[in-house]
Amino acid sequence: MTVSAPEHMPVYDSAASRWKALEELEQAIKYRTLIVQLVRRDILSRYKRSVLGVAWTMLSPLGMMLILTIVFSQLFRGVPAYPVYVLSGLIAWAFFAQTTTIAMNQLVWGGALLSRIYIPRTSFSLSSIGTGLVNITLSLIPLFAIMLITGRPLRPSALFLPIAILLLALFSLGVGLLLSTMAVYFPDVSEMYQIVLVAWMYLTPIIYPPEIIPEAYRSILLNLNPMYYLVELIRKPLYEGVLPTTEQVAVGVAIALLASVGGWLVFSNKSDDFAYRV
Amino acid sequence: MTSLTVSEDHIATDLRSDPVIRIEDVSVRYRVPQERIGTFKEYVIRRLKGQIRHHEFWALQGINLEVHRGEVFGIIGRNGAGKSTLLKVVSRVLRPTEGRVVVKGQVAPLLELGAGFHPELTGRENVFLNGALLGHTQAEIEERLDRIIEFADIGDFIISPLRTYSTGMMLRLGFAVATAWEPDLLVLDEVMAVGDEAFQQKCNGRIESFRSTGATVLLVSHNADQVRSMCQRVAWIDAGTIRALGSAEEVVRLYQDGQESDGWGKA
Repeated sequence: MTVSAPEHMPVYDSAASRWKALEELEQAIKYRTLIVQLVRRDILSRYKRSVLGVAWTMLSPLGMMLILTIVFSQLFRGVPAYPVYVLSGLIAWAFFAQTTTIAMNQLVWGGALLSRIYIPRTSFSLSSIGTGLVNITLSLIPLFAIMLITGRPLRPSALFLPIAILLLALFSLGVGLLLSTMAVYFPDVSEMYQIVLVAWMYLTPIIYPPEIIPEAYRSILLNLNPMYYLVELIRKPLYEGVLPTTEQVAVGVAIALLASVGGWLVFSNKSDDFAYRV
Repeated sequence: MTSLTVSEDHIATDLRSDPVIRIEDVSVRYRVPQERIGTFKEYVIRRLKGQIRHHEFWALQGINLEVHRGEVFGIIGRNGAGKSTLLKVVSRVLRPTEGRVVVKGQVAPLLELGAGFHPELTGRENVFLNGALLGHTQAEIEERLDRIIEFADIGDFIISPLRTYSTGMMLRLGFAVATAWEPDLLVLDEVMAVGDEAFQQKCNGRIESFRSTGATVLLVSHNADQVRSMCQRVAWIDAGTIRALGSAEEVVRLYQDGQESDGWGKA
């Protein structure tokens, strides 16, 4: 018995032997409005009852920067325009930490939806990246203001920023998908990851310059840390006002693609199991 | 298939060969860990000791079923018999452990009306969110927005946050969104005994109008009278298998007799 359908009529075949990763991608594109709506929901609902609203997205990295500057600017006197240095690193880190955490928690806690109606399983990971992109764009505004105040004007190299952010987003998506997959099986991952994040942040030159790491460990610590490259790609065009080197870009692209493709493959191959478990 | 003694004159012959839902040897196995293992440490220790045992539970076993275009097909059975699992398999939430499911056309799941509603967003914002959850695009939702708001009939509440709504209003809005597009297959779980009578009539009217344009309806219920009055063919699911399949009248009678002899009384 053959199944023929008129045009425009979607056919769902549970046994269609296709690449799950491609099928998931196809569905995510079909459900693009959902991803936009989830981003909208996240942003609107987060600030709906607060007076300052979206301004908090700009105020919170600014506050963090202020504290760090007060505490550390004496210590890192050798770093010129320390507020710009620390803030450019912080917003990159905040993007990574927030998007990966939210992607994971939404799948574990918000997964009730997944066991009720069909939606692409990557929806939550994709929407958390979308929300992160809105937030990082907003937090660039206070960064640009601080740059003006500290006498480090924007240079044309800042035009590289969209590419740097895109690479960071791809890496975060991949890590978020991997973490989500793990957290479905082991809810403890969610708690454990918060500790990992703190350790990882202190191992990445966000609030301190890479030079303070003892030379013996420096190259190992930095070369093995993908976030070091991705933060550099954002910081260099802003703080130093120069384009990253070709080699730096190449490493960044490789990291971003490896993480996102790998994460997508693992996640979509396991995702049929989620509705049984979440 | 077992007893198929339905009078099929209401189903056009050319459509009978073209099932909207085809379920072939479908089984669904849930693996329930006997004790919940929540940590890596525990998992690793038990794995090494070979102590991970799963209690296997087959929610569905070897189900074969075809539902044709334009049919109102009922699924009846006790709680825990596997009715909801069958609906999840059809609406793509669960991929069957074994077997194959083919579903043609746009599916409107009325399983969880308003499942994706957010309390802080307004009714209007929630219409967009819910429409998107059902797979519709921005343009498609905008096109139907007026129709949805009109059908939900909740007046100025449409611009208020959802947390201010009554349960009835929420369900009305959910129903309005879910049925704003003519589906090829309407999946109804325990048909809504909600809202006032006027709204229920409106809901039934809309379901009826879908049916008249050729949509298929899959209805799940443990209410025998409802199934008898709405459905043409019925499958009785018991302990994950089809116990009887045939005309509504006949299967419902078997079901009720079975319930009585099992000491459960009429559902």
